[in-house]
Amino acid sequence: MADLTFVAIITAKVIVIFLAVMIGVAYSTWLERKLLGHIQHRMGPTYVGPFGLLQPLADGLKLLFKEDLVLSRAERTIHAIAPLIAFVPGFLAFAVVPIGEPIELFGYTIPLTISDLNIGILFILATTSLGVYGIALGGWASGSKYSLLGGIRSSAQMISYEVSYGLALVPIVMMAGTFSLKEIVAQQASVWDWYVFKNPVAFLIFWICAIAETNRSPFDMAEAESELVGGYLTEYSSMRFSMFFIGEYANMLTAAAVVVTIFFGGWNGPFWPGPWWLVAKVIFFMAMYIWIRATFPRVRYDQLMELGWKVFFPIALLNVLVTGIVMYLW
Amino acid sequence: MWRTFIDIIKTTVFALPVGLYTSIKHLFKKPVTRKYPREKMEMAPRYRGLHYLERYDDGTERCVCCGLCAAACPADAIYMEPDENDKGERLAKVYEINIIRCIFCGFCEEACPEEAIFLGHEYELADDRRDKFIRSKDDMLVGHPRKDRPYKTIHRRVRKHY
Repeated sequence: MADLTFVAIITAKVIVIFLAVMIGVAYSTWLERKLLGHIQHRMGPTYVGPFGLLQPLADGLKLLFKEDLVLSRAERTIHAIAPLIAFVPGFLAFAVVPIGEPIELFGYTIPLTISDLNIGILFILATTSLGVYGIALGGWASGSKYSLLGGIRSSAQMISYEVSYGLALVPIVMMAGTFSLKEIVAQQASVWDWYVFKNPVAFLIFWICAIAETNRSPFDMAEAESELVGGYLTEYSSMRFSMFFIGEYANMLTAAAVVVTIFFGGWNGPFWPGPWWLVAKVIFFMAMYIWIRATFPRVRYDQLMELGWKVFFPIALLNVLVTGIVMYLW
Repeated sequence: MWRTFIDIIKTTVFALPVGLYTSIKHLFKKPVTRKYPREKMEMAPRYRGLHYLERYDDGTERCVCCGLCAAACPADAIYMEPDENDKGERLAKVYEINIIRCIFCGFCEEACPEEAIFLGHEYELADDRRDKFIRSKDDMLVGHPRKDRPYKTIHRRVRKHY
């Protein structure tokens, strides 16, 4: 009987978090269009609902009813699976992000995280890097040269930042002494304990790599609207196209949530319940993504490689060394 | 090597925040968007849009079909045929303007001695058939009890009945 309630609780948590992320994805598209519009002196969506708030719904309905085209030269099976591969990892990482302090419900103590893995950071690094398979496979299976180029660029982009992405977290793990995200959040109870103040270099590297990880501008080589039309998703239409986008935005949400959890104290906040603080901080970082997109032009390919290998890699290594020395001397 | 590092630090500490500030300061400015089909733009008073034919206050047409507008038209877009009513007054039997040819110069308006033809403020000219661009007298005559305000004031006195 106890097992059944356990399963029920886990299922409920999974459903709630999935729905929350889906709504988050929908409204981050709204936020992006609105914010980007106002930065460019435009209005953004205004037609559907107050402030265009129902726009994501309208977009979703439109995409559902659009014609689903598959090129005759496409590799049909992989073409169909690729959006799913891009879609799932964004949601996976949310399984370990702690959302709030445990709550008491019907006599049970429910920890507000789907699973508190003791290797949480490793799990996040592993799952978030899976998304690129969807992109590369989608590009390859489309049967179009532009898509193929987009997919290959995406995978080549991945290897140039992923090392620094992982290395940036090493000092945090050293300082925290644990891989568990729950523990890391617990250590950042007060603002001065936030790891962004203890190790700002790691935060900067991690954040910039997270932007590259989610294929956001200025690192959106995979899409590259100006050179590759739409990159890996040129030949996708209708719901499959939107699956890629849901995946991308879910990845952004995940990256924002991870940055918040590791560097900005997670759900810790002075007065409201935990989840609200997490949501507020995640919204701030989503706005950062959009702000950065509105500001910086896309870097060239060799510039990204240089940034990843020649700048972030040595700085991240140096950061590990310096953190170690400081910890030893402290 | 060290040069690159110094450059990187300069960029991250000084250049990137300046760029970010440059874009965010536009967030608080008023959007310049016009929601066109919903909110139409108010055109300038002297804007020259679609033609209309003015009437006297009692409803009779002002146009006497003198042909000066057609003579003044540099694009040769106006065609007219005269007629007489039973009181012996001239009026236009046919009055057509080819909107495709028209260059909206306003010479017809200036040439008209009776102050009958004016260029209004209507600027939505698109249509799906070429025939519809030839506007006849019925299309251009304003309705008799004018509902909307006249675009331009007419200074001439009302003609007496014979």
